[in-house]
Amino acid sequence: MGEPVIDLTDVTKVYPTGDVSLRALDGVTLRVGEGEFVAIMGSSGSGKSTLMNIVGCLDRPTGGTYILAGRRVSGMSRAELARVRNRVVGFVFQQFNLLSRTSALENVELPLEYAGVAGRARRKRATDALQRVGLGQRLHHHPNQLSGGQQQRVAIARAIVNDPKVILADEPTGALDSRTSVDVMAIFQGLWRTGITVVLVTHEPDIAEFASRVVTMKDGRLLSDVRQEPRAAAPAAGEPSS
Amino acid sequence: MNPLNSFRVALRAILRNKLRSFLTTLGIVIGVGAVIAMMAIGAGAKAQVEQAFAAMGTNVLIVLPGSTSAGGVRGGFGSMATLTWDDLDAIRTEVATVKRAAPSLRASLPVVSEDQNWTTSVTGTSPEYFDIRTWPIALGTAFTQSDVDGGAKVIVLGQTVVDKLYGPNANPVGQTVRVGSTPFQVVGVVAKKGQSATGQDYDDAAFIPFSTFAQKVQGGLGKFLQGQVMVEATGADTTTRAQQDITALLRDRHHLARGADDDFSIRNLSEIADARQQGTQTMTLLLASVAAVSLLVGGIGIMNIMLVSVTERTREIGIRMAVGAEPHHILTQFLIEALALSLAGGLIGVAGGIGAATWLANRFQWPVLLQPDVIGVSVGFSALVGVAFGIYPARKASRLDPIEALRFE
Ligand SMILES: Nc1ncnc2c1ncn2[C@@H]1O[C@H](COP(=O)(O)OP(=O)(O)OP(=O)(O)O)[C@@H](O)[C@H]1O
Ligand SMILES: [Mg+2]
Repeated sequence: MGEPVIDLTDVTKVYPTGDVSLRALDGVTLRVGEGEFVAIMGSSGSGKSTLMNIVGCLDRPTGGTYILAGRRVSGMSRAELARVRNRVVGFVFQQFNLLSRTSALENVELPLEYAGVAGRARRKRATDALQRVGLGQRLHHHPNQLSGGQQQRVAIARAIVNDPKVILADEPTGALDSRTSVDVMAIFQGLWRTGITVVLVTHEPDIAEFASRVVTMKDGRLLSDVRQEPRAAAPAAGEPSS
Repeated sequence: MNPLNSFRVALRAILRNKLRSFLTTLGIVIGVGAVIAMMAIGAGAKAQVEQAFAAMGTNVLIVLPGSTSAGGVRGGFGSMATLTWDDLDAIRTEVATVKRAAPSLRASLPVVSEDQNWTTSVTGTSPEYFDIRTWPIALGTAFTQSDVDGGAKVIVLGQTVVDKLYGPNANPVGQTVRVGSTPFQVVGVVAKKGQSATGQDYDDAAFIPFSTFAQKVQGGLGKFLQGQVMVEATGADTTTRAQQDITALLRDRHHLARGADDDFSIRNLSEIADARQQGTQTMTLLLASVAAVSLLVGGIGIMNIMLVSVTERTREIGIRMAVGAEPHHILTQFLIEALALSLAGGLIGVAGGIGAATWLANRFQWPVLLQPDVIGVSVGFSALVGVAFGIYPARKASRLDPIEALRFE
């Protein structure tokens, strides 16, 4: 394990629901080193998504400190958080969250647009990213012309296009069948092998097997933290079916 | 994100709801269109009036015999002879603000060439007349003071008369025409002047020395001047002063008691022109308020639809923020969208306004004058409206919380 890329100390998240406030995260301390592949598991409502959103700088913690790649995230302005989301992390959602009526290529170009990468270079990098996830032939398809697995691969391409340090994925295979899930996991594993840190949330133990470390949550706390030998997914050769 | 790209995204969002976008811009379309059309008509009318008055001569006063309070009994202007030839001399020599003055005795008379005959307005006057009316001589010369002194039978013809008697482009200088039974030698032709504001043809006229006119038409040169006096003031700023001075002079000369009505009247052409222009200004002001109201309504329409758009696209905003859109990116995107909407409305309005003005010009023969600056200002204003009313929805969008925007159903 190298330098900690994600460094959470006693992080809490409290939702003020009605009279009683809900502690979705109740003092989470977690360090993820560079080059780790972490799977977060836990029952529904245990706070996995809440944690991922904070790690991905989409949400702010109520308490505790969060240092991402050496920078203190708590206390950053909205614009600074946006730049972190743009350059340091790549987020993959369960529901893909692609822009509809917008081609795969343009979806992948989006982070580069906000990073100020212009025209030709942007197009090239987006095309490369789509090729890395095996979608080189589907550049101009719109999300509604792609299968679920293909859409998720577009989303992964979008997450990696700006060369982030960390890829975060909240149940990336939750909307996919088991066969397609393995294809997608193969892509994550391939990325991890190139040195990117990967953190993903999953419900399924056989998905967690692909990771090098499994963290289990319960009621907003970490229950267990186990390192393991990752199961190798068949590398996504050429264009996997999906 | 570069502006061109933002514009493309905005355009795509607008075109996704074509009818809705069009209806939204309708307020601005109507506002801008109405302004362009009405301003074109207003400017055309104003230009026509100005041109007509310029044709009469600048800084010109017309002194007419007869009272302004003339009722049926006393007859209209010019029906009574109250101005004398000495009055004319006095106006010319004693009023400092008067540059020139000339009599204008008029009758409608047949002018006969060798084989043609045309009834026209024949004016007996002095050579200054052409200067007062800034009416250059196109061919030959004007008659001279010595022609006037000697009662010479010389005539200057208007273009229309030349056309009727000799055909277009003929040079009649040196020819002889008869006015009534008296032969006159044509010494000059005045340049073409066109029509008056009321459609009267200025060029349908002929001019002879007033002495000759009095002798041959009015039965001799008496004490009274049986016509009008045309006066040119020394400048635009002295025209009103000249009017006052001439009034004072003539009241004194006619021994009018204090409180008695003038037995003459003075028409100030620049005053009439000013009044017309003031009318146009009132109309312009009215139009401006109509435009302001429609632009306001149009702006509110844009704000409304932008708010709807922000709500509809909350999820899209969430996605953009999740991949790194900063608040200012979102703000700019929605501002540009509002701007594009209002600009499109402005441009459609300009096209519609130009169309309407052209149609009116053709259909009713109205003079219209399209003014590039008005078009520019209207388009600029509609853009301003878009930004002003787009800023609130755009700020609202840019302040959304990324995670809440993503969860939005
Ligand atoms: N915006 C919110 N307002 C109030 N409570 C919330 C909000 N978001 C999450 N919670 C609550 O916080 C707790 C943790 O939610 P979270 O979404 O993190 O669970 P999860 O582990 O991702 O569950 P799942 O596996 O079903 O996705 C839950 O009890 C949930 O009801
Ligand atoms: Mg969840």
